[in-house]
Amino acid sequence: MQLNEFLILAAFLFCTGAYGVLARRNGVLVLMSIELMLNAVNINLVAFSAFTKNVSGQIFALFIITIAAAEVGVGLAIVLLIYRNLHSPDLDEVDQLKG
Amino acid sequence: MLENAWIIPTLPAVAFVAIVFFGKRSPGKGAFVGIAAVGASFVASCVAAGQWIQRVDNATGKSEGLAAFTKGVVSAGGAHAVQPVTESITWWQNGSIKFGVGTFVDGLTVMMVVVVTLISLLVQIYSTAYMRGDRRYTWYFAALSLFTASMLTLVVASNTIQLLVGWELVGVCSFMLIGHWWEEPANSRAAIKAFLTTRTGDIGLMIGIIILFFTVGSFGIGATNLYATSGHAQHAFLLAAAVCLLVAIIGKSGQFPLHTWLPDAMAGPTPVSALIHAATMVVAGVFLGARLYPVFFNGFSIGHGGVNAMALVGGVTIIIGAALAFVQTDIKKVLAYSTISQLGYMVMALGVGAWSAAVFHLFTHAFFKALLFLGAGSVSHAAGHSFDMREMGGLRKKMPITFWTFVIGSLALAGIFPLAGFWSKDEILVNAGKNGYTAFLVVGLIGAFLTAAYMTRVVYLTFFGEYRGHEHPHESERAITIPLVILGALSVGAGLVNAAPLGLEKIKDWVQPQVAFPHLNNAAFDYPKAILSVSIALAAIVIAGYYWLRRDELRAFRGLTERNALARSGYQFLVNKYYLDYLYEDIIVDGIRGAVARASYWVNQHVIDGVVNGLGSGSTRIARYTYDVIDQRVVDGAANGIALETDRAGAEVRGFQSGHVQRYALVLFGGVGLLSLALFLINIH
Repeated sequence: MQLNEFLILAAFLFCTGAYGVLARRNGVLVLMSIELMLNAVNINLVAFSAFTKNVSGQIFALFIITIAAAEVGVGLAIVLLIYRNLHSPDLDEVDQLKG
Repeated sequence: MLENAWIIPTLPAVAFVAIVFFGKRSPGKGAFVGIAAVGASFVASCVAAGQWIQRVDNATGKSEGLAAFTKGVVSAGGAHAVQPVTESITWWQNGSIKFGVGTFVDGLTVMMVVVVTLISLLVQIYSTAYMRGDRRYTWYFAALSLFTASMLTLVVASNTIQLLVGWELVGVCSFMLIGHWWEEPANSRAAIKAFLTTRTGDIGLMIGIIILFFTVGSFGIGATNLYATSGHAQHAFLLAAAVCLLVAIIGKSGQFPLHTWLPDAMAGPTPVSALIHAATMVVAGVFLGARLYPVFFNGFSIGHGGVNAMALVGGVTIIIGAALAFVQTDIKKVLAYSTISQLGYMVMALGVGAWSAAVFHLFTHAFFKALLFLGAGSVSHAAGHSFDMREMGGLRKKMPITFWTFVIGSLALAGIFPLAGFWSKDEILVNAGKNGYTAFLVVGLIGAFLTAAYMTRVVYLTFFGEYRGHEHPHESERAITIPLVILGALSVGAGLVNAAPLGLEKIKDWVQPQVAFPHLNNAAFDYPKAILSVSIALAAIVIAGYYWLRRDELRAFRGLTERNALARSGYQFLVNKYYLDYLYEDIIVDGIRGAVARASYWVNQHVIDGVVNGLGSGSTRIARYTYDVIDQRVVDGAANGIALETDRAGAEVRGFQSGHVQRYALVLFGGVGLLSLALFLINIH
């Protein structure tokens, strides 16, 4: 197998995630997009690990999955509170820090 | 102990602090603390004295030490000069000038610390009985301890600044103790008078120290004396310094014309008077003269003979002090004038080049004058707290110990052979004659006559005849009589320290400095002069005693002051103390209150107020200009401008802070993208 296919897939996933983070208004979808980006990175790490026969990349991927789970926990709690206060998951309405 | 002499003044100082804070709760209400501290100090002083004597004897090639003294061996001239022991640490530094604090120990220091601590110890023991039940008993002992500590600081001082500190502290302590019973307005007035009068002299000391510093380039006592004895000393500066220091001596040691505070200082408790007159305070002036003697010796050209200011002041003081003692009815005031007169002897001795005689007289005088004051206190303690001799009389049988010790003290003061006063007074007179000061020899002899006569009067009025008071006098308790007996023994024996005919010249051997000291001609003992002075004193005692015992039969003298205008005016002149108090208080002080006050009021109104008003309106104008131009335009302009610019810049960038998370994320990604592009472009080659 070639390395390039994996890199292209990862780049595609990353770009999709980045677009979702920047463009989607729903907080839950933004979180899901962040997960996409993280998984794109995971694909890269595993691919390079297999390519270079070095296991440390896969260990990094495991760490990232763990941290992503924690991050989603915190993120979902935030989205829940936003919904409870503003009665909407729309991130455009969250502008209390406006200068 | 010579190197660690700082312990000697420190002990009473520590006692002072301890008594002030814990005195009321400690045993003896603070008295024991004070006695213990000064007792330890006395022991340390004695050790120091022993070591110093050893040091001198080693240097002169004699190893017998004290044994030589008891055997009466005449010492040969010193082969090596004995250096004083100096210890000093830097107290503070100002530029390149270091202000040290330390100890300067030589024979004079050692002698002084022994005398001061001994007298102070006896006075404190005496005070436990004399001051019992006093409302400020604890504070009294604290002040006594501080007084002793100050005097010891002055005595061991290694430089003139430290000496000045001790000197002023002594003044403050005497103020506190003279005014101990300040509820009486007269007592607090006396305290203020003593303080202010001695302050007049202190100005002389300060100026003298400054002149010496700029002449010598150092505050050190050793350095000052070395400079003054070196051949290249500038005589004009030494003369100026000597004059200023003489003013200090006049103020502190009660010399004419600033002696008026001393009799008033009798307002304090009697043990304090003993301390002031015997060991501390007034001898500080004489000590200053002895300590910086080279300055006086070369400043006043004492070695060349002729009249100089120092001898003149001393001589005048001897006569006026002694004459005033005749007309006092208060026993303590008689003794006060007697002290003035005896201090006159010391200053005169310094002035005629008889250094060792002056120091010797200081030494012996301390014992018999302390004895006389404590004896007077014992009399008054027993006889209803009165010092008026008109209410005494006939106490000889009722208080024998006080009577005999008082008589011994009086005879010693009168200079009767072989008591202490004889040896020291005789040495002053012999040296005055030898060094070509014949006029002062005559003055000294007149003084000796007067001294013997007025002491006879005191003894007669107090102890002989019928008791005229209304109390039941009785002998005092042991805490009072034991110090009297000790001082009585010293008044008899202290003169043997320097009894020249017996070959004992220990003041010259041990006390007189051997380095940085002018060459003095110490006169040999002179039998005709000694016999003359003793005969004069005896004649005075006989004449005065005859007058007082046979007063009723001597019709010619009775009522002399009523019948003879000249005698009356003379008596009035003495009773009014030469009108000096009137001069000082009515003419000088009232003059200041009157004319000078008016003049200063005018100056106040027109000159000072004008200046002040001018300054005020000028300041207002400057302030207004400052407000208008600098404050309003420059400072406020700058502040407002900065604020305005910040505000404008903030408005520019505030749009950026939208609060939208996604816009921030966009900027983040955009930034990362730009950086990636930059990285790519750099690595593209």
